[in-house]
Amino acid sequence: MMKRFSLRMATAGLAGLVLASVGPVQAAEQLAPPRFTWSSSGVFGTFDRAQLQRGFQVFKEACSACHGIDQMSFRNLAQPGGPEFSTAQAAAIAADWMHKVREIGDDGQPAERTPRLADRIPGPFANKKAAEAAHGGKAPPDLSLMPRARSYERGFPWFLTDIFTLYQEHGADYVKAFLTGYEEGKQTPPGTHYNKYYPGNFVGMPNILQDGLVTYTDGSPQTAKQYAADVTAFLMWTAEPHLEQRKRIGFQVLLFLLVLGGLTYFTKKKVWKNVEGHS
Amino acid sequence: MQGHSHYVPTSGIGKWMDSRLPVPRLVYDSFIAYPVPKNLNYFYTFGAILSFMLIAQIITGVVLAMHYTAHVDLAFNSIEKMMRDVNYGWMLRYLHANGASMFFVAVYVHMFRGLYYGSYKAPREVLWILGVIIYLLMMATAFLGYVLPWGQMSLWGAVVITNLFSAIPLVGPTVVEFLWGGYSVDNPTLNRFFSLHYLLPFMIAGVVVLHVWALHVTGQNNPTGVEVKDVKKDTVPFTPYATIKDAVGLIFFLILFMWFVFFQPTYLGHAVNFVPADPLVTPPHIVPEWYFLPFYAILRAITFDINLIIFTIPSKLGGVLAMFAAIAVLAFLPWLDTSKVKSTAYRPMHKQFFWAFVVVCLILGWLGSKPAEYPYTVLSLIFTGLYFAYFLVVLPLLGLFETPRKLPASIADAVLAKVRKGGAPVTAGAAAAPQTKG
Repeated sequence: MMKRFSLRMATAGLAGLVLASVGPVQAAEQLAPPRFTWSSSGVFGTFDRAQLQRGFQVFKEACSACHGIDQMSFRNLAQPGGPEFSTAQAAAIAADWMHKVREIGDDGQPAERTPRLADRIPGPFANKKAAEAAHGGKAPPDLSLMPRARSYERGFPWFLTDIFTLYQEHGADYVKAFLTGYEEGKQTPPGTHYNKYYPGNFVGMPNILQDGLVTYTDGSPQTAKQYAADVTAFLMWTAEPHLEQRKRIGFQVLLFLLVLGGLTYFTKKKVWKNVEGHS
Repeated sequence: MQGHSHYVPTSGIGKWMDSRLPVPRLVYDSFIAYPVPKNLNYFYTFGAILSFMLIAQIITGVVLAMHYTAHVDLAFNSIEKMMRDVNYGWMLRYLHANGASMFFVAVYVHMFRGLYYGSYKAPREVLWILGVIIYLLMMATAFLGYVLPWGQMSLWGAVVITNLFSAIPLVGPTVVEFLWGGYSVDNPTLNRFFSLHYLLPFMIAGVVVLHVWALHVTGQNNPTGVEVKDVKKDTVPFTPYATIKDAVGLIFFLILFMWFVFFQPTYLGHAVNFVPADPLVTPPHIVPEWYFLPFYAILRAITFDINLIIFTIPSKLGGVLAMFAAIAVLAFLPWLDTSKVKSTAYRPMHKQFFWAFVVVCLILGWLGSKPAEYPYTVLSLIFTGLYFAYFLVVLPLLGLFETPRKLPASIADAVLAKVRKGGAPVTAGAAAAPQTKG
């Protein structure tokens, strides 16, 4: 086993050197997703609470049968900067959750119990092997970090201008485009589906989000497009629960540094006033 | 420049200490009375900025290590927990990860500044070589640190880089197994990388002390490249002049740093590193961090075996040798540059070659980010050739053929000439100089 890994890594390392591109299918050209608007983008961006709550609903009803969200706990649903359910609502969500917490019972046997607020949100499968067995050998990925774990090539000079225009929703744009990027009537290998944004185009996941699949209570349009936007916004939050705090503190830090920088600069001018050639 | 010390202890404790362990005298001589050329520009504040960055990286790193678990099954989640549940853990982590990149931004400005003003020339050869050693240690530290989050790029970056050593003839495979602590990049590798990532910054700090010591022996170079002739006329005391100027440079550098930390925290990383490491899935593109890209391009530029009649250098070894040579050549710079004139401001031909070299480095960086296929491999080879040509052909020959501009007699003369030309408005304090307002 070890030797096999060793050989594999040695070859991959070599290939990495010589080709830097392993697996011709994965290296296929990727269609750039369109730019979407996100309430969380920009210097003062914040999440739309109602959207995150709807996104959570979509995740619960459309995604969580196959995908986990391992990094999140039920308590997170009630913390500031997120969907901000009330603590009672979050506790009720935990109690109603369709998957149980798997643990070892007092008798030493595997046991299941109803989740509590403090628990991580249990996923659909007991372990990776079970997930693989249920999905033809490839486990559905955990979604906690999905908008951060995906991206697409921006190309010159956009990758430079992104620094200043603050575009950082590459992954979110990809995820939303992917969720609505399925096309019917294409030739696909067995067990796969055609998605125009997926690198290589053939993806195991079928087209899940159909109009009317999830019933919203706040009057938002019940379309696949809206579901995709909402669940992606929700996943942007799970990928970075402190996004709002980050931007808020960042603004204060930059404001402070600009003032301090200005004051220090004029102090410097004053100190150097009597040195020839300086003003 | 060191001269003899003018420190006079005033307090009783100061006198007592001065005759036993004169630390206050050392601080006074190094950071208060130490004379700095008065014509230093803002590019000379990067030494102070780098010192700040080293200390900042060590402090954030020590705190991060309190929350990190160096185990292949736990490392990724321990960092995600830090990002979510540790108070301001996300901030510490972004400061540290972006701090590494900013450290390299600063070191590249610092190095190109040294290159432009000839700061490596006599009597500063040892100072420069110590700098090259710091740069090497920084690269090792940054690479080891990038492996610790144990995402996909962490693992596969480690695989590619450790495999470089397998190109060493005869002992290569043994060396690689020693680095891995086994037969693949696995838990023992992660553990030793964590240990070394914690060790190397303190080695950097040690070499930095030598670097600063050497600097204080020779004194600072300056934009004219003319050595200090008269301490009174040519220099100003470190405090308050250099301290306040360094502070200005540092604060504006921090604004750039904080912009990334708070508004583009993942821009300089790779999305695929948010996927936990999986030894069975190879990412489509294995790319190092941006600051390694030029060397990565040089590494991959050698795609052919080099036949030297008696023996053949396989392409892989050729690439590894080229990459290490690209860094090693810096250490020989003081002797490769034959020009007597230090500052490029007085070397019209070198000025053009210098900027061409900067462009070559940028293009190599771009090539390093591209897949190793036609035409990038050919371009990489061409620009690798140009990179080495700058050091091995241009610099040795330029000293013989170039006619430098006339150097100023002293730093004070250069400053005065600039004032007379109206380059800088004259203030009330500079009474001797004519008024050239406007």
